Amino acid sequence: MTLPSTIPLLGFGWNDLLFLVFAALMVISGLAVVLQRDILRSGLSMIFCFAALAGLYVLLGTPVVAGAQVLVYIGAISVLVLFAIMLTQTKVAPRALVFQTQALPAGIAAVILALLIGLTVVSTAWPAQAAATAVQAADLATKLFSAYTLPFEIVSVLLLAAVVGGVFLAKRERGEAE
Amino acid sequence: MLSFLNGISQNLDTYLVLSGILFAIGSFGFLARRNAISMLMSIELMVNAVNLAFIAFGAFSPALAADASSIALIVIASAAAEATVGLAIVIAIYRNKKTPLVDEYDAMRQ
Repeated sequence: MTLPSTIPLLGFGWNDLLFLVFAALMVISGLAVVLQRDILRSGLSMIFCFAALAGLYVLLGTPVVAGAQVLVYIGAISVLVLFAIMLTQTKVAPRALVFQTQALPAGIAAVILALLIGLTVVSTAWPAQAAATAVQAADLATKLFSAYTLPFEIVSVLLLAAVVGGVFLAKRERGEAE
Repeated sequence: MLSFLNGISQNLDTYLVLSGILFAIGSFGFLARRNAISMLMSIELMVNAVNLAFIAFGAFSPALAADASSIALIVIASAAAEATVGLAIVIAIYRNKKTPLVDEYDAMRQ
């Protein structure tokens, strides 16, 4: 049996339902990242935000990028952030003030920024409003290794430098007492 | 009922507005949080918002879809490098100052 093209009772398609679920999950967990008192919990909410973004990438027809998102963000960066949180967590930190004293102006500025971006997006007539099409992995690989070869190589050097620099910065000096 | 939502996932504007909302959330976190690691997490949110905009633009103009995916992959790799160095710096400062709160890093103000 096949699913009907629109969901009965609700009147929109299954992709729209998925989009709404992912978008709501992304915004709610994104707000949880910046608003939550316990920084460990905001680190865990960040994982949900990245997972919802990977779902949106699949909806947009780029499963390769969604896979990279899951591998790099959920698999590597979130674990790195959680480790850093546990290394720098002090007993006073959760009870101390979470926000700067200028948090209210920052909130107003962020709301204004969101409104401005929204207004710009809605009022601009974007060209090429075709429906979302899927990217084949072969096309992506051809493009990445022909037109984008130089950025690709530069990024590999950048990653090497970041690894060496990260180890050097986080390494304890010899003879430094703990 | 709710049929006005039909086709919302096939509309460029909704993705761009969503990406703008995520960027604004990240900028609020960067400006308002006191913990250095929270600020780094907010930067990651902003990078992801820009990536979502790239992917959305690519998906709705088929000639550019592969380019958008390539740029998004490169952005993801750069964000990984940035997170590595940033967290290493935060840990190195924490070892000296014994606090992750950025407003107590005032050595250059005195």
